[in-house]
Parts: sequence; C-alpha cells; structure tokens
Amino acid sequence: MKFSELWLRSFVDPSLSTAELAHALTMAGLEVETIEPAAAPFSKVVVAEVLEVARHPNADRLSVCQVNIGEPAPLTIVCGAPNVVAGMRVPCALIGARLTGENGAAFDIKRSSLRGVESQGMLCSAKELGIADDHSGLLPLAADAPIGRDVREVLALDDTVFTLKLTPNRADCLSLLGVAREVAAITGAALQPPQIKPVAAQNAARHPVKISAPEGCGRFTGRVIRNVNAAAPVPDWMVQRLARAGQRSISALVDVTNYVMLELGRPLHVYDLDKLAGAIDVRFGRKGERVKLLNEQTVDVDEGVLCITDSSGPVGLAGIMGGDSTKAETDSRNIYLESAFFYPEAIAGRSRRYNFTSDAAHRFERGVDFDNNVAGIERATELILAICGGEPGPTDDLVARLPERKPVRVRSARAAKVIGIDLDDKEIGEIFSRLDLAAVKTADGYSVTPPSYRFDIAIEEDLIEEIARIHGYERIPASRPRVRAAMREQPETVRPLTRVKEAIAARDYQEVVNFSFVETEWERDFCGNDAPVKLLNPISTQHAVMRSSLAGSLVANVRYNLNRKQGRVRVFELGRVFRADAGVADGPLTVGGIDQPLKLAAIAYGPARPEQWGLAQRDVDFYDLKGDVESLLVPWQLRFERTNHPALHPGRAANVLIDGRCIGWLGELHPRWQQKYELPQAPILFELELDALLAARMPQYREVSKFPPVIRDLALVVDESVSAQTLLELMLGSRPAVVQDLCLFDLYRGKGVDAGKKSLAFRVVMQDTSKTLTDAEAEEAIAQLLQLVARSVGAKLRT
Amino acid sequence: MDNLEKIVSDALEQFGRIDDATQLEQAKARFLGKAGALTDLLKGLGKLPAEERREAGSRINAAKERIEAALTERRDALARLQLDARLAEEALDVTLPGRGAGRGRLHPLTRTQDRIEAIFRSIGFDVADGPEIETDWNNFTALNNPENHPARSMQDTFYVEAKDKDGRPLLLRTHTSPMQVRYARMHTPPIKVIAPGRTYRVDSDATHSPMFHQVEGLWIDENISFADLKGVYTEFLRRFFETEELDVRFRPSFFPFTEPSAEIDMAFAAGPSKGKWLEISGAGQVHPVVIRNFGLDPERYIGFAFGSGVERLAMLRYGISDLRLFYDGDLRFLQQFA
Repeated sequence: MKFSELWLRSFVDPSLSTAELAHALTMAGLEVETIEPAAAPFSKVVVAEVLEVARHPNADRLSVCQVNIGEPAPLTIVCGAPNVVAGMRVPCALIGARLTGENGAAFDIKRSSLRGVESQGMLCSAKELGIADDHSGLLPLAADAPIGRDVREVLALDDTVFTLKLTPNRADCLSLLGVAREVAAITGAALQPPQIKPVAAQNAARHPVKISAPEGCGRFTGRVIRNVNAAAPVPDWMVQRLARAGQRSISALVDVTNYVMLELGRPLHVYDLDKLAGAIDVRFGRKGERVKLLNEQTVDVDEGVLCITDSSGPVGLAGIMGGDSTKAETDSRNIYLESAFFYPEAIAGRSRRYNFTSDAAHRFERGVDFDNNVAGIERATELILAICGGEPGPTDDLVARLPERKPVRVRSARAAKVIGIDLDDKEIGEIFSRLDLAAVKTADGYSVTPPSYRFDIAIEEDLIEEIARIHGYERIPASRPRVRAAMREQPETVRPLTRVKEAIAARDYQEVVNFSFVETEWERDFCGNDAPVKLLNPISTQHAVMRSSLAGSLVANVRYNLNRKQGRVRVFELGRVFRADAGVADGPLTVGGIDQPLKLAAIAYGPARPEQWGLAQRDVDFYDLKGDVESLLVPWQLRFERTNHPALHPGRAANVLIDGRCIGWLGELHPRWQQKYELPQAPILFELELDALLAARMPQYREVSKFPPVIRDLALVVDESVSAQTLLELMLGSRPAVVQDLCLFDLYRGKGVDAGKKSLAFRVVMQDTSKTLTDAEAEEAIAQLLQLVARSVGAKLRT
Repeated sequence: MDNLEKIVSDALEQFGRIDDATQLEQAKARFLGKAGALTDLLKGLGKLPAEERREAGSRINAAKERIEAALTERRDALARLQLDARLAEEALDVTLPGRGAGRGRLHPLTRTQDRIEAIFRSIGFDVADGPEIETDWNNFTALNNPENHPARSMQDTFYVEAKDKDGRPLLLRTHTSPMQVRYARMHTPPIKVIAPGRTYRVDSDATHSPMFHQVEGLWIDENISFADLKGVYTEFLRRFFETEELDVRFRPSFFPFTEPSAEIDMAFAAGPSKGKWLEISGAGQVHPVVIRNFGLDPERYIGFAFGSGVERLAMLRYGISDLRLFYDGDLRFLQQFA
C-alpha cells in the first residue's frame, strides 16, 4: 500500500512529523517500509508560459524560447527538449535556482551562454525535478497553471510517499480512509472522512442484475451513466495522487475507479453498457466456458470460479478482473458501474490459479467493506460527472446475503492475563472507542460487534490483540515468568548430540551443512536408489529429489574443495535422509510412508594426516576411517562384514554391526564414481545411524585384580580367506576363563609363511582374580586357544 | 703422625683436580685403599703406646672422614656435570610443531544452535527435533493456516511425491512450528521447549536459501503472558549477543498461529550497525485454535511461541554477510569457526 502523505492528512492530520507518523504506524502494526519525498529538493522553479520558440542560430537541436514568468519582460531561455511548443506551460528554473543532480548533489542555475545565446534559466523535465524518471521532454503543466507560481506549490511536491507492508488481516487498511481511521485510533486525532453526497438520477436508465450465487456475491450495486465523454482529460490532482499511490493514469473512467478504490477501499468496475448482452448474472463458471480478460489473457473457468456473466457467457472474473469484450474505452458513451461485495472464500486463490493478481483480487481475497457499495458508486458518479459529464440513472442496490457480524465477547481479566498487564474496564472501553468499535459493557468485559470493514475480529483473542496494539506493545513490560523450579531428566544412557559432533570433529573432520535435496543421479549412483522421494516443485534439476544418503553431498564437498586447491578434505555432516517406506506409520515423531532418520556421515580424501615434519606422508585408507568409526562407537562391540554397496569398492566395503544389527557402512568410493566425479584419488567414507551413536551404556564396575597378569604372544598361520574377525571371535567366544583380553598386534605375509597364507599375531592377556597364575596354567590356556583355532580354521602356530 | 694434615690436604687437592670418575676412584685408592696413605697410618697405630693410640686413632679417623666427605662431594659434582652434559646433548627444538592429527570444527550454524540451546536449557527448556517431510495438518492446519492461504501454494512450499492418509501431498516443513504441535501433543504443561532444525521454502536468491534453519520456542502454562514473551526473548538476545547494549522492540504483526502476534526487531546500541532495526523473529501468544490442536484447553492454558532464523542470528553474531557461505562447504570459510 503506497500513498501520498498529503492525501492521508486530508482525512486525519495528527500533530506528528512525517517520521513520527511513520514510527507510530509501524508500532501499531502497519509497518512503514519506506518514506520517500515526492520530489527531489529544489527551489526557485516557477510555472512559465512558453511564448515563442525559435531555432537556435548555431545548433540544430536547441531552441531559443521566450518565456513568460509573470514579470514585465519575458526571459530568453535556450532549451533542448523536443516537445517544447509555444503556448505550453512548463516548470522554469530561474537564475539562482538550486536543483538536485542525478548524483544527489545540488547544482545551481546560473546565467550562461549556450552556443552564443544567453540563457536566463532552464526549462525542466520531470526527471530534472526528481518527480519521475521521464526525461523525454519538458514536464507539461496544466493549461491553467498559475504563471509565476512556485512549482512545488502548484504540484504539491512538498509531499512524502509512504509505502506500507500490510499484514493480510488488515485489508481494511488498503485505502486512505482505512489508514486514516487507524491513524485516528493511534494518535487520537480527529477523523474527517470524505463527505459523500448521493448524486440524483437524471434519468431512469437501469441495467438488470441477478445474483445466482449468493454464497459468492453478497451484494451488487450498480448504476448506468449515459452520455459520458470517456476521453476527457484527467485532472492533475488526480493524476498526481494516483501516481504517488503507484498507479499510472490510464483514462478518466479507469482513473476514477482506481481513485475510489484507493480512497475508500472500494473496488469498482466500469462496463461499456452498449457491449453488455442482456442482464448480468453473477454465478459460478461452467466447464468449457472461457473469458478473455482486460490483461489480454484468456482463461478457462469452472464451477469453482465466480463469474460475472451476461447472455453471451462470462464477461469477467468476479472480484478479480473484468473482461475484454465489455470493457469501457475512451469512445464509450454509456457505461455501467459495478460496486459489488464478493466473499473472500469465493475469490481467494483463484487469481493465483491463473498466475496473475489484481488490486481488486488482493482486496476481495482479504475482505472488502460490504457497507460502502453505495457510497462508492456515489463517489465515482460525482467524479465521473465532474470529469466526463454524463447523465446518471438511479443507483440499484441488490443485496443477496451479507456476512454476519456476531458480537464478540472479551473478558477484561482474560485480556489482562494474556497480555500480562494490569488493565481495567475503563481503559479497554477507551481503546474500543478510539477504534470506533461498537462495544457494549458486559458483567466481565465488553461485547463488540465488528464493523463491516473488518474481517479480522471473530474471537476474543482478536479483541485482546486490538487492546494490546492500541495500549501499545512498547508499553507492555518485559517480565520474567515465575515458575516452580523443576529439573529435567538426564539419562546417562543417551549421549548428548553435541558430544557426538565434538567427537567426530576431534578426529579431524570439519562439519558441513548440505541441502537435503540432491540430483536424481546421485541417488542412483551412491545409493542405487531408483525411486527416491521426488519433489513436485524443485527449484532446479540439481535439487530434484530428497537424498536417502549423505554420501553424494559429501563427494560434492570434496570436489568443491579440490577445485579450490585444498588437497586434503575431511568433512562430516549430520542430517536427515529420506526414503519412502510403507512400513512407517504416522506417529508422534513420524510421518506415515516416509522413513527419515538422522545420519552421521564423513568422508576423507588425501593425506591421512596434515602435512608435518615428524610423520611420513601417506594417504588415508580404509583402516583410518575404520578406527574413526570404532572410536565414535565406544563402548559397543562392533562387527564389520564385507558388503556390496553401490557407492563403494566391492572389495573395500563393510557393513557396521552392533549385536547383529547393521547400523551403517564404511568403505572406499567405487573407482567408477571416482572417475565419473573426477577425483584423482579415491576417498574413504562412512555413514552411521545417529541413534546408534547416541546410545550410551551404563558402566558396570568389576573388581580390579590384585594379581599380576601373564602376557603371551600367539602367532597363528591361517589361510588368506580366514578373516581376523573370525579368529578373534572364535578365541574370545570360547576362551578359557583366565584369558582376559586378546589383541591383534601383527599381520605378516612373505618369507617364512607359505603363499596363500598369512600370519596373525595376538597378544593374550591372562589373569586370575583369586591367585597368581602359574606358568603351567598360562601354557595350558594358550594350548587350548591354539587347539580351538586349529580345529575350526586349520590355524597353525607360526614357527 | 705429623703428615696427617698433609695427607688430607693432598687428597683434597688431588680430588679437586680430577674431572673423571675412574681417576677419582684411583685417587681414592691412593688415600683410602689397602695401600693408601691413611691405611698405612692406621696400621702403624698398633705400634704406639696404648695411651697415645686412642688419641692418634681418633685423629686419623677424623682425617679419614674429611677425605671421604671430599670424595663424596667430588663424586656428586662429577655426576652432576655428567648429567648436565647429557641433558644439554638431549635438548630439543621445542618450537618444532607438535606431531599428530588435525582437528575439525563445528559448523557456524551448529555453534549458533548450541548457544541458543544452552541459553534456553539454562531456564529449563527442553530441546526437540522431528520430521522434515511433514503432513499438511502439522505444518498448516494445526497451526490455524486457512485452506487457501498463499503459504500453501507451490510457489512457497515444496511438496513431495507422496501423500498423507487424507490424500494430501506431503511437504517439506516451511517452519519448525510443526514441532510445537508434535511436542505439545506428547507432553503435558508446563511445556517449555525449543525446536531447532532445517526448514524449506521455495525461494532462492542472494538473501534466501531454499533450505535454512529455524529455532522454534514454545512455553505453555497456566499463566504465561505476552509480557513474559517480551522478557524471555529480550533476555535471550542479550545473552546470545553477550551485551546489554541491545535494544529490542516488539511491534504488532500477523501470523495465523499466534494472537496477539509480534514481529521482534533488535538494534545494537553500539558498534558499526548501531541503531539499525533488524527483524529477528516472529512471535506471539499461541492462538487458541492451536492450543486446542495441542489437545489442551485454551481457557486454562496460555503461552507464547516464537520462531527465529538461525542463519540470521549467526550472521549478526559473526558478521557474515553472505547467506550462501553456510551451504557451500568451503573449508576456507568453515575452518574459521574454531
């Protein structure tokens, strides 16, 4: 909503400066986005009449003008504008005038010689005065503009343009009258609404109207005006006010309807009466019907779209835009004015369906006063008659069904409690009277019947908001609630999320945040997912589907940084992944049909350690990341199983299991993707369920043995196919009671070990909790272990 | 007997000159060894008359003690010298960088979110998180959004190719407010929770990202007022920015899920952007329809909710000017947040 401050002040004129007025509006919920002067600062520019125009003797494009500024002697002024003609009135900057240049700096008009002819001033364009961007020629002034008068005064340029950012509930402020009402309520200044007098009919001309859809059209007021001069020029004051409201002047009839809409918030429509085919019927559209609109767009309508129709079919979309076939043009003689009330529910969303919007739709969607239809017609008639002449018929006011206005109760105590201030009935009563709300005192508060122009007062809270607003949010204290102190549960078996993030960051991974929507291809490549959750309206094909793994995004992070000369990239992300899953039901924290767990994933590329003097450089490998996974999942006993994962090298990929349940995977990127995604080396990556990382264990204390441990090494030669895990699990699973711990400390292939075999060396820690272990007992335990693995996997003691 | 003093002074003098442990032991033998000078004297004691023997014996012993003390002192001194030499030899260049792994950092949005969580936890708030693909009911209807509201349009909200049980397309939550509904339905008052997380809107330009983060706050009890909202949120901002030099203003606004509603602006009272009002949050008293959708009686329970942009808070806190930096994954940017 954009408007001229002077126009507003013609309805309500509080003793506040422009800035104070803007602040008051903002703090009352009518946010002032900008306040801009109507024109740049300038002085000594007056209305001049061009008396004579002669060719400049030395320049083809310049004219030498004799100009009357109301002084006895005319001025000689050299002018380059193409539109200068004798007889026109234009702004003239006198010698000594100060204007604002394009760069914002002031410049002075001096006596000067232009190609040998002295110029005693400058004739100005709209742009030179900072009024508009038009630089095509001089700004033509009205033929009766008073010669010699200051242009600032004549064009009312000492004005400010306000732009409001209105919330959708305050459609009543989409007009000067509406804003004025609000200013009166906030400031207490008196409201002087426009005086609208009915214009008497000069003939009996009427046009028949029928409302077949009263649920959409509650009221339809209309009037015929015959013999108008639609081509009449629009007066300057109207052009000016419209311009400052952001409306270009189009023609007298269109300008009048726009003017009344801005002034009263009352959308109107003008038909060329002679183009209407029979009675108007306001009804919903029918399948197959179409209408060409004023904006040249042809739209198909249906049963959900309210239409203005005549016997030819739809001639306009009700409350949105008129049709092309019945539009009033500058050669129209007889017109029909429409001033209707359409229900917001019947209009909302319809124009969006057709991908456009209009001022009328914007208002009707939010609610238009259903009590000013006649006033709107009378005001428009008055203006049309004054500008275009014509003979009006009587005003027809057809009322089908108006919105109900039920009284809304507000309890003073409830208002005080919700807002958190002391409030008495008296203050509340005063607030309602400032808002001009019809309020009746009740036993515990008030009963308010909302006015016809407000569509946002239906429940008690709506009134509480009005009370808070007019009381002033700034005057509500900032208090601190008093509460009973209560401690929250802190389960020790759940690790705080931040600790998980800190743990992985401590292992040299930088956290990143990537978009949850990714390229379809990533899902196929990295997840083997041909049916990802698709977006119906993605912003681009790079963001077409919801990711079911964080892997693709991490690979992209590596590429991005490699392209920026970062040779070592280690990043992690924690985020949700998404997969269609019919097994997921709606629940307190679930959405039926979609599994969306949180995952933690990491990728490492390049040297295992940052470059340093004390360690030989080597590239990161599978076991580095395996170590990271193990450290993140302490104290759980992990199992790793070879797996086939679409993202990973088939020989270097493992699932991570806890108690038989797979909680993630780990591996080296498949060489195919390494090549496709142009990575010089293969990164290693893993992805784990966050739930597993958050699970913690309540520690269980065991007595520390007082007796010394016995340590023996056991080097076993086995077939290559026997995994380390198999051996460890065998030995740990059936170990003699004295064996406390087993750890693999060496892997050897080569001299001394047959081809196809490998040697795995374990350190065995043995201890008895009740006595010192003898050598014989230790040897016995080792022998048992050896026997176990020899029998199960053919392991032999390395000699 | 008379040369006893001489023996002692010889020993002291010789020990003092020796700076080698082996030589020192050899020197010791010359005085205290089997054939040493003092040993000779002791052997001669037997030849003395008994009355002299006692006195001579004690003089010799005193001399022996002095020599032994000198020897010990010299031994210690030599050991010290040797250690000093070894230590000097073993000295390191302590300025060489330490060996080991690097260290990653948390994302600035995580840092910001952690701060927000810590501040609200300190007054007893819980922290909750939930689904990002949401139902229309949780994201809109339960929050009192009218059916035809423009926010529901494909121009504003991302929809996915999946439907809820009512046949309505599922969507990417446009705010963290659905967590208000979910959390409130899972708990009984007093309800004090913040819900930070990812949110999505169809908007992508220099100042809008199609994915961004919000933190939702909700406090419902029998007597939580708009004045309390002002108090709690104002204090939050002062704790978050660690300054009292911060002005906060609440001005009327409109959201379907709160009433009265407020837009919260803040302005630093010092520093480069002093006095400039910045929109920081939408807030208000939870709408009775929403309270009812929580499964609670709005006559009994009232309270406030707010929703703030995490990126906005992070940008103001760290002076970041470009929103897109958060999602680029550029290590040169991210590693600054150590």
